Amino acid sequence: MDLRTYTARRLALMVFVFFGILVISFVLIYIVPGDPVGAIYPQAPPYMIEKITREWGFDRPLHEQFLSYLWKLLHGDFGKSLLTNRPVMQDLITFFPTTIELATFATILAVAMGIPLGMISALKKDKIPDHIARIFAISGVSMPVYWLGLLMLTVFYYQLRLMPGPGQLDPYIKYPPTVTGFLLIDSLIAGRIDAFLNYIHHLIMPSFILGLFGAAGIARMTRSSMLEVLRKEYVRTARAKGLRERIVIIRHVLRNALIPTVTVIGVTYGMLLEGAVLTETVFGLPGLGQYATRAAIHLDFLAVMGSTLLIAIIYSFANLIVDVVYAYLDPRIRYG
Amino acid sequence: MKNKELLNVKNLITRFHTYRGVVKALEGVNLTVGRKEIVGLVGETGSGKSVTALSILRLIDPPGEIVDGEVIFDGRDLLKLSDEEMRRVRGKEISMIFQEPTLALNPVLTVGFQLQEAIETQNIPKEEAIKLAVDLLGRVGLPDPERIFKSYSHELSGGMAQRAMIAMALAMKPKLLIADEPTSSLDVTIEAQILELIEKPVEDIGVSVLYITHDLGVAAEICDKIAVMYTGDIVEFGDIFSIFEEPLHPYTKGLLNAVPKLGRDLYTIRGEVPDLVNPPSGCRFHPRCLQALDICSREKPQTVEVKKGHFVACHLYN
Amino acid sequence: MKYKTQKFFNEWTKEHKYQIEDIKLILHLWRRSPLSVIGSIIVLALISIALLAPYLAPHDPFEVNVPNQLLPPSSEYIFGTDKVGRDILSRVIYGSRISLMIAIMVVLVSSLIGAVAGLISGYFGGKIDEAIMRITDIFFAFPRLILAMAVAAALGRGITNTMLAIAFVSWPIYARLSRAGTLQIKNEVYIEAAKSIGAGHIRVMFLHILPMIIPFTLVQATLDMGGVILTAAGLGFIGLGAQPPSSEWGAMISLGRQYVATGQWWVATFPGLAILITALGFNLLGDGLRDIFDVRMRR
Repeated sequence: MDLRTYTARRLALMVFVFFGILVISFVLIYIVPGDPVGAIYPQAPPYMIEKITREWGFDRPLHEQFLSYLWKLLHGDFGKSLLTNRPVMQDLITFFPTTIELATFATILAVAMGIPLGMISALKKDKIPDHIARIFAISGVSMPVYWLGLLMLTVFYYQLRLMPGPGQLDPYIKYPPTVTGFLLIDSLIAGRIDAFLNYIHHLIMPSFILGLFGAAGIARMTRSSMLEVLRKEYVRTARAKGLRERIVIIRHVLRNALIPTVTVIGVTYGMLLEGAVLTETVFGLPGLGQYATRAAIHLDFLAVMGSTLLIAIIYSFANLIVDVVYAYLDPRIRYG
Repeated sequence: MKNKELLNVKNLITRFHTYRGVVKALEGVNLTVGRKEIVGLVGETGSGKSVTALSILRLIDPPGEIVDGEVIFDGRDLLKLSDEEMRRVRGKEISMIFQEPTLALNPVLTVGFQLQEAIETQNIPKEEAIKLAVDLLGRVGLPDPERIFKSYSHELSGGMAQRAMIAMALAMKPKLLIADEPTSSLDVTIEAQILELIEKPVEDIGVSVLYITHDLGVAAEICDKIAVMYTGDIVEFGDIFSIFEEPLHPYTKGLLNAVPKLGRDLYTIRGEVPDLVNPPSGCRFHPRCLQALDICSREKPQTVEVKKGHFVACHLYN
Repeated sequence: MKYKTQKFFNEWTKEHKYQIEDIKLILHLWRRSPLSVIGSIIVLALISIALLAPYLAPHDPFEVNVPNQLLPPSSEYIFGTDKVGRDILSRVIYGSRISLMIAIMVVLVSSLIGAVAGLISGYFGGKIDEAIMRITDIFFAFPRLILAMAVAAALGRGITNTMLAIAFVSWPIYARLSRAGTLQIKNEVYIEAAKSIGAGHIRVMFLHILPMIIPFTLVQATLDMGGVILTAAGLGFIGLGAQPPSSEWGAMISLGRQYVATGQWWVATFPGLAILITALGFNLLGDGLRDIFDVRMRR
């Protein structure tokens, strides 16, 4: 089957997963809480209780509940946030771009750090660079990212004033007009290079920390993958043909070794979405993470659920892209 | 005398440093291959046949090491060449094909591309290389060469893949082709066809072949000379008729006897293949040898030329 | 009497020759891997600290002493004090109990449920397999912490709910792993042999296949412990986990966050360090175990 058919099939699977996500969120909102109305609006006055019950269908039989849930979602209605007093959907749209910017930037850094690290580890197996790289990788995965963020802020900002403090932009820089909601894009559209660069400056520390966290898994997979490929017969054939070593490594070894790594990159994106949720608060970035954590502390239930849903959807898309890229790189998957 | 031989391996010693100890894979291998000659390297699994081939091409990776010896190819000692010089020998002057052809091909690149890159390495431009590749694929008997060019290794059968490998190996008309058990993983019917593909170029382009196998029957079919290998040593070497009609070394005799024949009990050489970390003292075959003498367990036998062109390493002939 | 025990011991040793060789090899490999050794030491130290907490903590972790608030590290308060004067070292020590308990409970429950689910899925195949795999697919669509956050929000605050939430999110990994293992082993000859002499499904599954799955489930569980501790601390940081005055590490970092700007770095730093070292220990151990089992399998 060719790439297009594979992509189509994969999309179908994603739709199915979306449905499953909806089911889980349904279960968590309608079934799990002892008092669904109380979860949405704690200590609500009686008329509110009635209103919410009617709107969400809490008094109806189960399958009708599910239908009313779907109906609400189709209308983009996810209730109101207790904290911001705005529709949750509106909040989500406002905040999710920042999280994507952070997670994507972090993933790029993770790949840029992780793959070379893994390569060095594999090519210099069991020698000093390998050991250092592995220790580095394991430390990376064991780190509470928000803690490291606090630490780095303490040292590099509060003490040394080397890096910018919390927030997206320095206080004296005005925000460009909102077009897409993505500050990186909006600043470019408005021609505000100063805002663009300043934001990137602010993104460096959190992205670096998250990138470190993600690089560990990528390095580990690259290393083991390369070690396995280096043992393969076709590498020996390539050398026996008289190919230059550089071509052997790049065209034959890497091309095969990086394939499993692509999968890890997908998982890493998910990890970094998680990490973003935790670090946004520390770095004052107005993304889904900050929104969701604040909501969690105050038990703003619907806001938390909405964020969860959205993040899961974003993650599913990321995995779709990863799977398609994987199929492109490895013909065996397409034809298998 | 020296330049008449295309390949002259002298006293090749290769060892592997493993966690169990030092594996003495080759302990002084001597081998010659003449021009337009097919020499068979015959021995059981673990005798060191593949290691010999890889040592000739200097494809031994750590923890292995070529410790000593000379590999004189066309007048030059390959072991003394620089890495870059050796790289240029590979593919162009000496080629190698391997046992499991589908595994020997990169699964994510097309078969044709891998053939093409072998040709391009010799500084032939891309369009010409592609044309030559397709042409070669046809000449090794692959139907619809253009389709094969675009195929991946997992889409080909073992036989087809091996044909492609042969095309790749002979593309630049090398002087020596080393074939490491090329038909061991293939059907017997396919085997015959592959053997033909290896035999023809000897006449057509004048390539010599070092044919490695554990199967005496196959060796008998195409080889001009045979080297019998046991646990890192060449125990007997001679032209095919001498070996088959007047085998000298007890091991050779055992091998010949072990070929199953109807109407006769199955004969096996008693004992087991020795551990290469702690090989037997003296002649490595002595524990299994039915004609062993006292001296066999003490001293390693020297190689002597018992008849013209027929060499043996055995105390019975010293 | 002594002769009998000696004879019994000899017999037992002979019967279990391969298992003993195996264990010897494992110990040998473990010793040669410095990372595993370090990991083991850390884990053992952690367990000891958790068990001996009352004897190790210099102060009462709950003792509020407001005049002593926000004191920097000193000989009396080695990690300093927090906003209400509690000794941070003691709180960190007692916090190890919480983290360890969460980790063990979660991993135990999720690995058991997951392993059995995967076993059933792989063994019976067909529709059951499809169903279970689709369910795990859906779980995998959520990053772990995110779903745990949602579940914890739905269940409410508290340690028990945290454990439930994380376990709920973790079982699919074990299911996938055990299913893969089951599929491999299912076709091995000795399973056929067992079935041919009339062993029933349950017997084959639990007596024959399950023991083979245990090694890599164990590796995954050890590696998971680190992840669970980090997730639990993450939930604590958000405020969904253990509640004050409980000395859960993540919650401690959250409390200490505001004092970083004013220079009292120690309130947030030491709990985080504890999390780091603990997760590191489990990850090193798990990594080492994985290497060991890799070599063993490849033999």
